[in-house]
Amino acid sequence: MSETMTPQAALAVPAGSIHNPKVRGIDVSVFYGEKQALFDVNLDIEANRVTSLIGPSGCGKSTFLRTLNRMNDTIPSCKVTGKILLDEGDIYDRSIDVVELRARVGMVFQKPNPFPKSIYENVAYGPKIHGMARDKAELDEIVTSSIRRAGLGEEVKDRLNEPGTGLSGGQQQRLCIARAIATKPEVLLMDEPCSALDPIATAIIEELIDELRENFTIVIVTHSMQQAARVSQKTAFFHLGKLIEEGQTEEIFTNPVNKKTQDYITGRIG
Amino acid sequence: MTDQAMKSDATTGLTTIHTSGAARDRLKKRYRSEAIFKALGLGAILLAVGFLVLLLSSVVIKGVPAFTYNFVSIPFDTATLDPDNLPKADYDAVVRDAIRAQFPEVTSRNDRKLLGGLLSSGAPVILRDQVLKNPGDLGKPEAFSVPISDFADLYLKGQISPSSNEQGGVAARVSTQGETVTLSVTDPRFASILGFIETRLKAEGAAARARLAGAIGSREQTSANLKALTDRLAAGPSAEDRLWMEADVERLSTSLAAVEAQITELETSAATLEQRAASAADGETLTVGDPSMLIYADAAVIKVGALTPTSATGTFIHAFEGTPPSEITQWRIRMIDVPETSRKFSDTEMVWTDTLVERGYVTSALNWLFLTRGASREPEMAGIWGAVVGSVLTLSVTLAFAFPIGVAAAIYLEEFAPKNRWTMLIEVNINNLAAVPSIVFGLLGLAVLLNFFGLDRSAPYVGGLVLGLMTLPTIIIASRVALRAVPPSIREAALGIGASHIQTVFHHVLPLAMPGVLTGTIIGMARALGETAPLLMIGMVAFVVDIPGGFASPSTVLPVQIFMWADFPEPAFEQRTSAGILVLLAFLIAMNALAVILRKRFERRW
Repeated sequence: MSETMTPQAALAVPAGSIHNPKVRGIDVSVFYGEKQALFDVNLDIEANRVTSLIGPSGCGKSTFLRTLNRMNDTIPSCKVTGKILLDEGDIYDRSIDVVELRARVGMVFQKPNPFPKSIYENVAYGPKIHGMARDKAELDEIVTSSIRRAGLGEEVKDRLNEPGTGLSGGQQQRLCIARAIATKPEVLLMDEPCSALDPIATAIIEELIDELRENFTIVIVTHSMQQAARVSQKTAFFHLGKLIEEGQTEEIFTNPVNKKTQDYITGRIG
Repeated sequence: MTDQAMKSDATTGLTTIHTSGAARDRLKKRYRSEAIFKALGLGAILLAVGFLVLLLSSVVIKGVPAFTYNFVSIPFDTATLDPDNLPKADYDAVVRDAIRAQFPEVTSRNDRKLLGGLLSSGAPVILRDQVLKNPGDLGKPEAFSVPISDFADLYLKGQISPSSNEQGGVAARVSTQGETVTLSVTDPRFASILGFIETRLKAEGAAARARLAGAIGSREQTSANLKALTDRLAAGPSAEDRLWMEADVERLSTSLAAVEAQITELETSAATLEQRAASAADGETLTVGDPSMLIYADAAVIKVGALTPTSATGTFIHAFEGTPPSEITQWRIRMIDVPETSRKFSDTEMVWTDTLVERGYVTSALNWLFLTRGASREPEMAGIWGAVVGSVLTLSVTLAFAFPIGVAAAIYLEEFAPKNRWTMLIEVNINNLAAVPSIVFGLLGLAVLLNFFGLDRSAPYVGGLVLGLMTLPTIIIASRVALRAVPPSIREAALGIGASHIQTVFHHVLPLAMPGVLTGTIIGMARALGETAPLLMIGMVAFVVDIPGGFASPSTVLPVQIFMWADFPEPAFEQRTSAGILVLLAFLIAMNALAVILRKRFERRW
């Protein structure tokens, strides 16, 4: 928490932005049975910014991401300590309904995972179960606007009833993004969304992420430092389950404070 | 030393490591083992296919004839029936009179009884059914058809005995003396037949001699044993040994006497056969133990009882029309290979049946009796429909009981249950239950469902419950495997957009697992369809004549019906057994086809 208050961070925020954390992780530790995967992570995620989590494999960045919408709950041996505040409310509090939480904190996964249903049903499923549309017309509106905002509008507008699994990899991932934003979440978590895609599809999605920033708070896990540099405003570097350094992306990549960060960025650990 | 070798290998052998002679040998060995494995696999498949073809062809060849049957539509004098009291009219008399009218020459009591047996004993029932259904046809002579007797049907299908015909060829003089008739020819027309008889008698005599030699050997053995034992007994054994020795002596003496009797009998029969063979060329008397010989001349049929090379003497089965001719030129000999004593359909019945066929009264048609009736002691009146309905009722209960419970249990265990030692224990027990012999489920049904809860005996719903219990583990195991095979990414996707656990399961996981769940269910149902043992325990082996009308009415099922038919002695039931198996197989194939269709449907949902 103290780190997010560093003067550099405040200085490097683009003009007009103020420090406005949407999600705050306070002393977050995660255990898988006996094994501890995260050690006292304190990290603030700013609203309407893209925060990228970088670090070598097994460093805990995905684990941290999955604590933010409690996807770790599905693993029986997983235990989370510390606090994660979403708009100042602890999401691990007893009073929090996990279904509601996941509607507020959407997620896009590493591998495109559309439902084996039509494109329309893929996007409409979330709004349907959350009762977001009163009638078919409203649902149609949500679906088409989500698909349009996911940059898929032109490509699939005549194919809404075709299977989602029939799309190309990049299109599938954008469909998953459309599905995630259709439920109108406040935060969007992305777990290496481009690792299974070719460079062109990656470029399209990166552009999309930048556009989505206007309406959503985005947290992205990535293995590509170039990608982190391109899409994010803030970057956090994890190593061996510890948050080593975080701050404005330019700062991290041009002038890292920590030696380990420097080593990672220059390719000496990975 | 080894270091040296390795070094040289490393330096000089590096480039040749995959091309040296040893490497080539290794490669050859690998290919050889591959070839052996392929050959073994192919052999196994060919063996399995061979057995399957053998089994299926034997069942099909035996079973298919049962799907047709010969019906007789002789003129029935239905005009005499009282139209106002049709249900209670005397159809027995109508049937009896109709068949007697066809053969007015049959007068003796025994022959008339034989003649009445030519039609099925169910004929009056069938006639009554037809009359009640179409009262308008009353009085029309050939409007009704009744089943012929089961043996006549087998005869018409050529399954009583092989027979052969040959033309007489030469002119024969006919002389009749009362009931007996003699055909005389000038050249030794019958010598060849006598030759056959002689060969057969010789072979039978030799066989009797061989058996006689065996019996004599066994007599030697027995008497030697007896003598040894008597000697030991004479030597004065202990009181204890004396006891069993005396018992053994008694036993051996009895068997010795039996062997002696057998020897005497065999000696006589061998001697008789040899004597007959020796004199066969001159003439032979044909008994009921010999193949039958019939002579057809004009309208007459003569059963030959005595034969010389130039003459055949016998009795009429069917007399000449009017006065017998003094000489015939057109005649034929028919040999029926199976002796009359070895079949249940006499020469006379054969001739009568042939007569009915010649008169055009017999038609072979689809065996609707078999396809529409329930169980019966009469093969021609026994049908598979009762068992089919019983199977359908039982299996629908099984499905309704086992499918929802099995799938629900699988979903709970796979998706919701905590993984602890209790669920482990349950899992192990479910796996064990799948391997429990089906008879145990029958005992369970008997003890719990019938005796404790007092449910109905022989009822399809009880059978369905028992088979459902038997099928449950199969469905649970298959469903769990199918659920586990659904990629976790689908679960994550659904959970990630805020679906609850149960929504995830029912909206996404279960539909994807459905093909596997259905396959498991159909496998379980197919096993339940073919199951006999548990149903025997709860009384579904009952002899049920009526078509079951509901889930509580007594009924039987296909495999049990087949099992019962296989036990009946009448040869016509052998056909019905095979035909029942065919129906069961058709049922199975239909179920599997349904499974394939359902799979395709669910898989089409991407």
